Amino acid sequence: MPIKRREVEMKPTRYGYGEALVELGASDPNVVVLDADLSKSTMTKLFAEKYPERFFDMGIAEQDMLGTAAGLAIEGKIPFVSTYGVFVAGRAWDQIRTTICYSNLNVKIGGAHGGISVGPDGATHQALEEIATMRCIPNMTVIVPADAIETKKATLAAARMHGPVYLRFGRAPTPIFTKEDDEFVVGKARVLRDGTDVVIYGAGPLLYEALLAAEALEEDKGLSVAVINVHTVKPIDVDTIVEYAKKCGAAVTVEEHQVMGGFGSAVAEVIVQNHPIPMEFVGVQDRFGESGKPEELLPAFGLDAETIYDKVLKVLERKGN
Amino acid sequence: MFERPVEDTAKLKKIANQLRKDVVKMTYLAGSGHPGGSLSAADMMAVLFFYKMKLDPKNPKWEGRDYFILSKGHICPVYYSALCRVGFFPEDELWTLRKFGSRLQGHPASSKMQEIEVSTGSLGQGLSVANGIALGLKLDGKPNRVYCMLGDGELQEGQVWEAIMTAAHYKLDNVCAIVDYNNLQIDGFVEDVMGIAPLADKWRAFNWEVIEIDGHDIDQIKKALDEAENIKGKPTVIIAHTVKGKGVSFMENEAGWHGKAPSKEEYEKAMAELEAQDV
Repeated sequence: MPIKRREVEMKPTRYGYGEALVELGASDPNVVVLDADLSKSTMTKLFAEKYPERFFDMGIAEQDMLGTAAGLAIEGKIPFVSTYGVFVAGRAWDQIRTTICYSNLNVKIGGAHGGISVGPDGATHQALEEIATMRCIPNMTVIVPADAIETKKATLAAARMHGPVYLRFGRAPTPIFTKEDDEFVVGKARVLRDGTDVVIYGAGPLLYEALLAAEALEEDKGLSVAVINVHTVKPIDVDTIVEYAKKCGAAVTVEEHQVMGGFGSAVAEVIVQNHPIPMEFVGVQDRFGESGKPEELLPAFGLDAETIYDKVLKVLERKGN
Repeated sequence: MFERPVEDTAKLKKIANQLRKDVVKMTYLAGSGHPGGSLSAADMMAVLFFYKMKLDPKNPKWEGRDYFILSKGHICPVYYSALCRVGFFPEDELWTLRKFGSRLQGHPASSKMQEIEVSTGSLGQGLSVANGIALGLKLDGKPNRVYCMLGDGELQEGQVWEAIMTAAHYKLDNVCAIVDYNNLQIDGFVEDVMGIAPLADKWRAFNWEVIEIDGHDIDQIKKALDEAENIKGKPTVIIAHTVKGKGVSFMENEAGWHGKAPSKEEYEKAMAELEAQDV
């Protein structure tokens, strides 16, 4: 299984968030940013340096931060609240559910440090459940951008739409593989690679691994593998998912998150109701993360091109190829 | 029914009594709900909605309005009653409380009623929201004030103390918190369940201005709210000592009336008592 890795420009997705906030600060005086003592990690410090009067450090108090953001939204501001995904989507879940989403307030939540690739901080700081906990709340939009370029576009798009949005980004540098002029529309998946034998649906930086696996499968096995970037996990692009389920007849989902309830589950909900086909899931299999370097952890947790390659072959067996 | 603002103490007493009658009738017709804390807060709600707060019953989202956040969302019967009696909606709607299809949900829902700023009911979350509104108002240089009603049992929620820190840190003198200190929560006396005393000292230690009053004395409530408006550089809390179930003899100081509707007999008895108290 010769996965060919090339030199590629790397950048953490959170940088895209920080850069977008600075742009928003200039273009919209109503944009305000809140952080819970992690502005250097979430990259909101870029906004804080430029627009200190519109930046609020709320201290290590996530629940209060979400409530304060709700109040700012009521007063017509567009608050972006940021901290690690584990803290915001876990500790402040009820505040997000009841205060923000039930009231359908215009609060944007930047969940940093999503995924196992957070690395040495270990399980407590590796958000692996927040796609599940955020997408099950009515009124919430959930976006998992693929790289720093797409994160920037997603952040700008979140500011333009009304209602609560959860944006997920990672800590480690990850490949840049979308282009500045690619169109980004919330709720609209993008075809990264067309194919007819099998489709890989992905959300987040692991899509790059999916592309590597697809290339290797074509070279080794002559397989035609489609790769779809489903950056908006909710509302999910039913049309594109069903179109490719019909076209390919077998699917693999890829996410840096628990398989239970996460992105793969969201895709499965669409497929079983519209066009049932064999599916395999690449993701974290009901276990906590641990300390290590991202490049050690990702393969150890089965979150790499090699695992995707194997899962594609497995699902094709089930398809009857 | 009254020209706002109502300055006259006797009139405000009469309004508070009307709110109490509404609470009893609403919860009786609903067959559930929270009369105890609604009755303890009725005098403060009357003064807030008829004397103190700037609002426009014809335009719930009027830019010049003062904001009210009911952090202890379960006492929404008295909140709905106040909104109705100042003229936001007609009396008939009050009797739909908790019924299927009603805007008057069991806990306040801003998605159903635009008169409500934010949905509450999961305790401990309202003061943070009040702070956020206050921060926004300060950013915009607006003079509107933000009032937040909290329960005493609710102060056991950690988020409240996070919000207390925030309001002081950001010097939100446009925030006025009001604690309905009726000493009771579902499981019994607050001091037995999880003590919060010494309450005034705690708020003071967190750099708030503290005003302690009898929460059933209309003049004290008026004076405290006026004073709070003039305190600059820090937020103010009015700790209002109250009686849970106030105004209905058999509901007073009984934890059991926290979240229970009166039977027909109890309803009639309560209404008779409240009628007799009408000034």
